[in-house]
Amino acid sequence: MNSSSPGTLAAVRTENVCRFYAMGGGTIRAVDGVSLSIERGEFVALLGQSGSGKSTLLNLLAGLDRPTSGSVLVNGRDLAKMSSEELARYRRNDAGMVFQAFHLIPTMTITENVELPMRFAEVERAERAQRVRESLERVGLGHRLQHRPSELSGGEQQRVSLARALANRPSLLLADEPTGNLDSRTGEDILNLIRDVSLSLGMTVVMVTHERALAERFAQRLIFLADGKLIPGPQEVRA
Amino acid sequence: MKGHDMLELAVRNLRQSKLRNGLTTVGISVGVASLVAMLSLGVGLQQLATRRLAGSGMFDTVFVTSKQDFRDFNREEEQKDQHPESAPVLDEPARDKMTKLRYVTEVEPEIRVMGEIVYGGQTHFGFVTGLPMSARENEAFDNLQGKFFSRSDAPEVILLNDFAKELEPQNPKSLLGKEVTLRYGEHQPLAADNESTGRPQFSGEPSASNSSSANNDSYGFSVVRKTQPLKVVGIIDEEPYGGLRTVSRGRIFLPVDLTQNLNMAEFSDMRSSLRGHGRTYMTLTVRVKDPGKVAQVQDQIKQMGFRTFSIMDATKSLRRFFTVLDLFLGIFGSLALAVATLAIINTLVMAVLERRREIGVMKAIGASDGDVKRLFFAEAGAMGFFGGVLGIALGFAIGKAINVGTGIYLRNHQLPAEPVWILPPWLIGAAIAFSIVVSLLAGLYPAGRAAKLDPVQTLKYE
Repeated sequence: MNSSSPGTLAAVRTENVCRFYAMGGGTIRAVDGVSLSIERGEFVALLGQSGSGKSTLLNLLAGLDRPTSGSVLVNGRDLAKMSSEELARYRRNDAGMVFQAFHLIPTMTITENVELPMRFAEVERAERAQRVRESLERVGLGHRLQHRPSELSGGEQQRVSLARALANRPSLLLADEPTGNLDSRTGEDILNLIRDVSLSLGMTVVMVTHERALAERFAQRLIFLADGKLIPGPQEVRA
Repeated sequence: MKGHDMLELAVRNLRQSKLRNGLTTVGISVGVASLVAMLSLGVGLQQLATRRLAGSGMFDTVFVTSKQDFRDFNREEEQKDQHPESAPVLDEPARDKMTKLRYVTEVEPEIRVMGEIVYGGQTHFGFVTGLPMSARENEAFDNLQGKFFSRSDAPEVILLNDFAKELEPQNPKSLLGKEVTLRYGEHQPLAADNESTGRPQFSGEPSASNSSSANNDSYGFSVVRKTQPLKVVGIIDEEPYGGLRTVSRGRIFLPVDLTQNLNMAEFSDMRSSLRGHGRTYMTLTVRVKDPGKVAQVQDQIKQMGFRTFSIMDATKSLRRFFTVLDLFLGIFGSLALAVATLAIINTLVMAVLERRREIGVMKAIGASDGDVKRLFFAEAGAMGFFGGVLGIALGFAIGKAINVGTGIYLRNHQLPAEPVWILPPWLIGAAIAFSIVVSLLAGLYPAGRAAKLDPVQTLKYE
């Protein structure tokens, strides 16, 4: 699996990464020795049944969870060795996340939701306003900025969520079933948007999904997981 | 996250559940109010007591007596002074020495003698005391009718209103400017050639055995009736120095130098003559420039071998009493705040449970554990701040009510209304700060719980 060809620097690389949970008397091997490499600017889809470990793997890449063993290298730094403070900084500056359930903060306006990660990153107030506008324009939302998430459609909410993920200009975008709560047309719109943004910003994208058709249309490479392990096979969807 | 961002988020979070946080804040404010009301009552009572003492004009005064006259109340010191007979006496050289001490502004004797005022053919008995010019500042002269003495040796008199009424029952005020006659006993030392008559005769004793001591014993005096015309310049309602000093307990007040010039016979003269030394003062009052230096002056006079007393000695035990009182009032006041603390903990634990997902999201987009913790701290602190401010207002209202209530009570009992409840500025600051600190302590547990939440668990799609 050490497939990164010479000359290309891997944006993400995992080495024999494992994540086990103790549950009841036994151990659940959610991620069991996964080694993979993702190049800078690549759009990769993680596919698998529910319980295959794809979300756990994504959480490991996001620095929300820590591996039981193995390493997770993002831009050459091992997340497994980071302190929780360093991990928070990594999530703040290097990784943006988009969720199936959008996870916008319902009590905040659209603007405030997009601004929130910049508050954590201690971006100056004046700059924050400008970057909020920039991010929202990038996802095609230039109006209804003072509305609450509940007043927006699902697609619009996911755009806000994407704008929020982009606010701190991360190099890695992690999307957990971003189309799961959307109808197929809106889902396609969102994926188009993600692909466009990733192309224009040179951002690496890792998307967890179980919709193989969509994955084949938008991702450059599909990675299949079952029982926490990679399924070997042809993974290049297209060049 | 920066401080002001944190506060802004905290306040907006609090506004999301207005009712719950509002109720908790009111709970804190009730706690702060009870604390403030209790402590201000303590402060008010203390100031009332201090004002009474300060009004007596005794804070800057040291009373000096000879150890020959009174034994010390303090047993231990008494033991040290085995021979009071050899203790120095309060005579003119001693007075001069005290006058020259640093920070001393005046040293005046306390003179109080029996006398009679003759007015309109009638004789009125009363105690005559000498007041220094500095007595003008005493609060008893705030309501002075007429004027104060023009000089310290002027033939003028100020009368206590009760005494003036004896002279002029209809219109005591009409006495102002009138002349009265003082009848008193003058102290006249025995002439040198009178020595033999003034001396006790011990017949049959060998004169050689006690000749030296007998010569020193030759002291005696005559009391001769004298009169002195005086102009009534003023009338006062209350006894000066709050009735606490020897010179307060008189009804006829003369300027102190006049009293001395008249050479009135005092009670203490008898004792002096028995002891066989010249005229001495019963009590000297030493006025000090600054109440803060009283202790220092007091020490210096003690070094000279005299006994001293100042109001500082009295206020020491008063202060101790109020410290204990404040402590008790503070403990009772804090009980309500302790209950409010539980309310804060409860509210924040609820908030943590309710906002589990929100906390997870914040962590996912870059909040550190510390950020989450500080955010909840800020919410607790903000509730503490608002509760503190509201509590001050509430406590202020309670205090006003106490003042109005006691005012009515005092007036019903023919007493002047005085504030018993005082809110000093430091207490406002201290109460708000205390409220914030207590709230932050209450926030420790919920904030810690929020910080420890696992984002993966909270963000699981359900």
